[in-house]
Amino acid sequence: MAKTALQFRHNDHDVAVFVEGGDNLLVALRDGVGDHSPKFGCGQGGCGACTVLIDGEAHLACITLAETVAGRSVQTADGLKTGPALHPLQTAFMEHFAAQCGYCTPGMLMASKALLYRNPSPSRQDVVEAIGGNICRCTGYEPIINAILSVATGGGAARA
Amino acid sequence: MFELRKDIFADERDDNLKEIGKGTQRQDMLGHVTATSTYFNDHKLQGMLHLKVLRSPHSHARLRRIDVAAAEKMPGVRRVIRGADVPRNLNTLLSLINFGIDDEPTLAVDKVRYKGEPIVAVVADSHREAFEALAAIRVDYEPLPSVFDVEEALKPGAPVVNETYPKNSFTFHDKYDHQKLRFGDVERGFAESDHVLEQRYQMSPIEHAPTETNGSIAAPDTNGRYVVYTSTQALFFSLDTCAKILDVPSNKLHFIGGTVGGGFGGKVDTMTEPLAILGAMLTGRPVRYVFGREEEMQFGSPRGAERIYVKDGVRRDGRIMARQVRSYFDSGAYTRLSSYAVIKCVAHIPGPYTIPNVHADVFCSYTNRTPSTAMRGFGVTALDFALECQMDKLAHLVGMDPMEFRILNAYRDGDMKAHRRIAKNTALIECVQVAAEKAKWKIGEEFRRASSRKDGGGERAEIPLTPRDAVAAARPAAQQRTSYDRAAFAPPEPTPPPPPPPAPSPAPAASSHGATRFSSVFGRRR
Repeated sequence: MAKTALQFRHNDHDVAVFVEGGDNLLVALRDGVGDHSPKFGCGQGGCGACTVLIDGEAHLACITLAETVAGRSVQTADGLKTGPALHPLQTAFMEHFAAQCGYCTPGMLMASKALLYRNPSPSRQDVVEAIGGNICRCTGYEPIINAILSVATGGGAARA
Repeated sequence: MFELRKDIFADERDDNLKEIGKGTQRQDMLGHVTATSTYFNDHKLQGMLHLKVLRSPHSHARLRRIDVAAAEKMPGVRRVIRGADVPRNLNTLLSLINFGIDDEPTLAVDKVRYKGEPIVAVVADSHREAFEALAAIRVDYEPLPSVFDVEEALKPGAPVVNETYPKNSFTFHDKYDHQKLRFGDVERGFAESDHVLEQRYQMSPIEHAPTETNGSIAAPDTNGRYVVYTSTQALFFSLDTCAKILDVPSNKLHFIGGTVGGGFGGKVDTMTEPLAILGAMLTGRPVRYVFGREEEMQFGSPRGAERIYVKDGVRRDGRIMARQVRSYFDSGAYTRLSSYAVIKCVAHIPGPYTIPNVHADVFCSYTNRTPSTAMRGFGVTALDFALECQMDKLAHLVGMDPMEFRILNAYRDGDMKAHRRIAKNTALIECVQVAAEKAKWKIGEEFRRASSRKDGGGERAEIPLTPRDAVAAARPAAQQRTSYDRAAFAPPEPTPPPPPPPAPSPAPAASSHGATRFSSVFGRRR
C-alpha cells in the first residue's frame, strides 16, 4: 500500500508523517507522530477516548481520516502542559479526583478544553453535553463535571 | 514490627497515619492528567508485528478442515499459528492452584464450543494485512446442536459442550457434580413455618466493557527472555499461565503491567498473552495482539449468567425458619473461574442472616455461550440480588417493615453460620440502622436499639442435626464434625443424584484440594 506524506501542526509544532490511504488520525498520531495520549477505545467513534482538537474543535481521531488534517492544527492532551506547568484543567482534574483508571482522561480533557474554548462560562448542563460522547467506565462523571466547572469562568456560580 | 532507621531516613515516612476523613491523592494521578500513564499499548517497539485471530462464527461445530495455505501466501503475513503450534494447547486457569481439569485450548483443534472461539492466529506486518489474511482462511465447519440454558444443559441427552465434563457440570472435589451446603433440616423448618415462598430469579451475562480493550505486546528481550506488556489485572497469574501453556520456565517471561485502563474482572483470563508471546517466539519480532471493541464485547468473557431458585419458610412473627437454594451458574463453554464462583456462591448462602435450617445445591453448568469470568463479587452478586428480593417479599408476606425484617433476621456476633463457623465482627444491623436513618425511614424503637453485639450466640450458636447426621449416627467419629476438621476424613459415601433434596452431604474438602486453600470458607488460607 502506497504511503503518502502528511504535514500538519501537532501541539504547535510542524510534523510530517507517512500514512496509508485508509489510515485514521489516531493511527497517524500514535504510530506516526508517536503521541500516545489519544487512546484507542472502540475504533468506531463510540467512546471518546481518542478525542483531539482540530483547529480548536473536538474531533474523534479514530473516525477522522488522517489526510483530512493536512495543514491544520491538531492538539492532543500531550500538549496541554506549558513546560512543567499543568494546564488549569489538569490541575482541576487532580484536585477533584476526576480520574480513576485514567484511560478516558485524555479524551475528557480535550472535550472539556474544546468546550471552554467556545464557551468560557458553561452551565452544568453544557458540561454534561460536552462530555456526553466520552465514556468513563469507572463511572466518575460527577468529579469530572465538578472539575471542569471549577475551571470555567465564574465556576462557582455555574456550579449552583 | 519493622522499624525505620529514623536516624538515617528521618523524612522517609510520616508516622502520623491518621488518614481517615481526608482526601489522599492517587499516586498515578499526575500521569493520568498529563496523559503520560503508560498503558500496555503505549509501547512502540521496533519492527512490531500485529496478531489477529480467526474466530468461530458458530456456537458449536466440529472443525472438519482448516485450510490456511492461501493465507500463508498473502503479502505481509509472517506466520500463521494453529493449535498444533501451541506447546500445551489445553489449560484451565485455576489449574495453578490445583482446581479443575485442563479443558480449554488456546486455539481450537477438533471443535469450537462457543461463538467467537479462536481457531487460527495470523501474525502480519500490519493490522490490515492480518485481517486480509484471516479472510483467506477456509474452515469447513460441521455445525452441532447447541445448548444455551443452564438447566437444559444438565438434562440427559443435552449436547455435550465440553468433553472434559461430559455431563455439562463441573466436577467438585473430584467426584461431585455440584457443591452442597447442609445445615439443620429444611423440611422440618418448612413444617414449622407459617408461610413458604418459592421464587425463581435469573441474571443475564454482563460485559465489563472497560474503555481499554484486552491486549498485550510480547517481544524477544536482549537476554533470551520475552518481555510482555499487558493489560492484565493478574500479572503473575498470567505469567504462570503463559509459562504453562508455552511450556517454558516462568523465568523466561518478564511481565510488565499494572496500569490498566479499566478491568472490573474482565482482564484476569490471560486471553491475549499466550498467543502474543508465541507469535514473538515464532517470528523473533515484537508482536501486538489487541482486542477490537467488537471482540471485547462479544468474545471477551463476561460476568456469568445465573439462575437461582430460593424457597424460604417464615413464621408469622418474622423469623425465617428455613432457606433452600438451588442455583445454576453459567460457565459458558469452559471453566475459567466459574467453579470458584460456585464455591463463593455457596459460601454466601444464606446471606447475612441467621437461619436455623439451610440447604443449598449449586451447579456450575457448561453451555455454548462465551466462557464467563470474574466481575465484581461474581458468584455472590446475583445471589444477593435474589436473596434481597426474596427478603422484601417475605417481609411483605408477614406484614413487616423490610428494614425491621432484616434486623430481626440479621446474624449477630456469636451466631452459628450455616458453614459451621461462628459469626464475628458482624455489622448488618448497624448498616441497616444507618441506611434507615439516612433515608429518613422510620424503624421501631426496639430495632433502633438492636445491636450486632448482643442477643447473638446461645441457642443460635448450636449446630442443628441434619438428616444426614441421623443416618450417620451409627458411625462414630463421623458425627459432630465441623467443616474445617473434616479434612481428616475421607468422604464416606458416594453422592446420590443431585436435584431431589435432602441428599446426604459428604465432607466438602480434602486437605490437599485447591478449593480449601483458595477459599476462606473451609477455614484455610494459602
